[in-house]
Amino acid sequence: MSQAIMQFAPVFPEIFVLAMVSLILVIDAAVDDSKRYLAYVLSLATLAGAAVLTLHGFSSMPALALHGLFIDDPLSDVLKLFLYLTVAVVLVYSRDYLRLRGLYKGEFFALTLFALLGMMVMVSASHFLTLYLGLELLALSLYAMVALQRDSRVATEAAMKYFVLGALASGMLLYGMSMVYGVTGSLGLGDMAIALQDGTDLHIPLVFGIVFIVAGLAFKLGVVPFHMWLPDVYEGAPSAMTLFIGSAPKIAAFAFVVRILGQGLESQMVDWRDMLVILSVLSMALGNIAAIAQTNLKRMLAYSTIAHMGFMLLGILAGSPNGYGSAMFYVLVYVLMSLGAFGMILLLSRAGFEADRLDDFKGLNRRSPWLAFMMLLLMFSLAGIPPTVGFYAKLSVLQAVIGIDYVWLAVAAVMFSLIGAFYYLRIVKLMYFDAPHDMAPIMASPDTRVVMSVNGLAILALGILPQPLMAVCVHAIHASF
Amino acid sequence: MISLSHYLVLGGILFAIAVLGIFLNRKNVIILLMAIELMLLAVNMNFVAFSHYLGDIHGQIFVFFILTVAAAEAAIGLAILVVLFRSLHTINVDDLDQLKG
Repeated sequence: MSQAIMQFAPVFPEIFVLAMVSLILVIDAAVDDSKRYLAYVLSLATLAGAAVLTLHGFSSMPALALHGLFIDDPLSDVLKLFLYLTVAVVLVYSRDYLRLRGLYKGEFFALTLFALLGMMVMVSASHFLTLYLGLELLALSLYAMVALQRDSRVATEAAMKYFVLGALASGMLLYGMSMVYGVTGSLGLGDMAIALQDGTDLHIPLVFGIVFIVAGLAFKLGVVPFHMWLPDVYEGAPSAMTLFIGSAPKIAAFAFVVRILGQGLESQMVDWRDMLVILSVLSMALGNIAAIAQTNLKRMLAYSTIAHMGFMLLGILAGSPNGYGSAMFYVLVYVLMSLGAFGMILLLSRAGFEADRLDDFKGLNRRSPWLAFMMLLLMFSLAGIPPTVGFYAKLSVLQAVIGIDYVWLAVAAVMFSLIGAFYYLRIVKLMYFDAPHDMAPIMASPDTRVVMSVNGLAILALGILPQPLMAVCVHAIHASF
Repeated sequence: MISLSHYLVLGGILFAIAVLGIFLNRKNVIILLMAIELMLLAVNMNFVAFSHYLGDIHGQIFVFFILTVAAAEAAIGLAILVVLFRSLHTINVDDLDQLKG
């Protein structure tokens, strides 16, 4: 291949996804409702094709492309592969739900893939410009997805709240970026790290900028005190959109935080570590305590997300490759659990019935022992009970925190996790010891049941054998830093 | 002579007005959209000022991208606003209370 084409080689997966989304939009506009499955099949094919391209171009060394805007390193490649997998599972789970509610349209697939493209740009960004553009591509697609169910009052209200607070977060992030740009004179993360290496005499403006950047990141992650959009959006959005918002973007947000704080502003760690400590303690406290009071499962899982993101920050604030590795392991495991938990809501729902209240899970064991067992595994893992993988994820993050001598923080994290175990185990109690309200048969199609079984058993299998995934995470982080 | 700090103070004031506009306004969703635009313009002011005083063109290029994204963002925001008005028949911020947030 000629030199001119080869310099775009690291960006091939992104270019491929962009071309395929455009194709799907055109094809979907031309076909009638009976051929709507074309968009679904093409979307899955896009994910498979992008995975092949990413695997083919898998780099063992960081490589810059597009004049330093874009970086292709093991971290981005591994995260992208997990993104494809997550989006594929989301598409499988949400298909029947969307079809029954008249949302099974090309727009959903196009928006999902555009959001995926945004996330791919985010995990591969090495410049403030690409970080911002990837983030906005993701965020704008998500706002539209939440509002896709146009006749639902709560969905449009959730979309409006999400939009306003998301735009506020982008504004704060940009303001922080402008300050850091003013101090360092560069927008690229690599140049920034070099400029800050020997310290700077403009320390106050730099910290001012970092505060705004951390606030913007906290908004996007949904950690206290910037969490108020999260429960409303999770509850108001159609469950299929909640499944998407609650899973794949967390991977991208992790990469986003690690790129900015870990790579660009690494030398300012003393400044941002204390901010992250406050954010993570508050999130674990509020998330776990507020979740107890919820009667809506989507809202409860929203507070559980807040608590888990706080826990994940513990790994990042450790600031060492081992800490980032454990945070990466945590976020991947969290996404797996979140896929399963929201997927279960979709599996149990049917036309005109959402299955998103805690009461809807009463007596699930009598209606379907196998699905109840999968839910049991998911809840045990979210609570962090061995032998599920949630336990190992929490353990590795706590090890990283103890490694920097923040023992009190580890103790606090364990205490809040104990509080959190209550509301996860309450669902197990509802499923196994209460009488069911309705005995309607569960309509889930065979392929979603198979994916759900794989999802649940993966949590058990990874809990017994966590080493391979942990090794992948640690290797990806070490090779990229 | 106008110095860099004048521009930064102006940018800071505009940004503060925008954030206050988002949190204090209880009347109209369109004012929220205006506040969001103002916030992005405050950031642009910062970028252009820094870019000029650093003698580095990259900040001004970033501003072009922010302007473009702001246009896309306004389009999405107004689209959601139209959908909202169709189902609620109001764009009063206080009426967005179906979800207890």
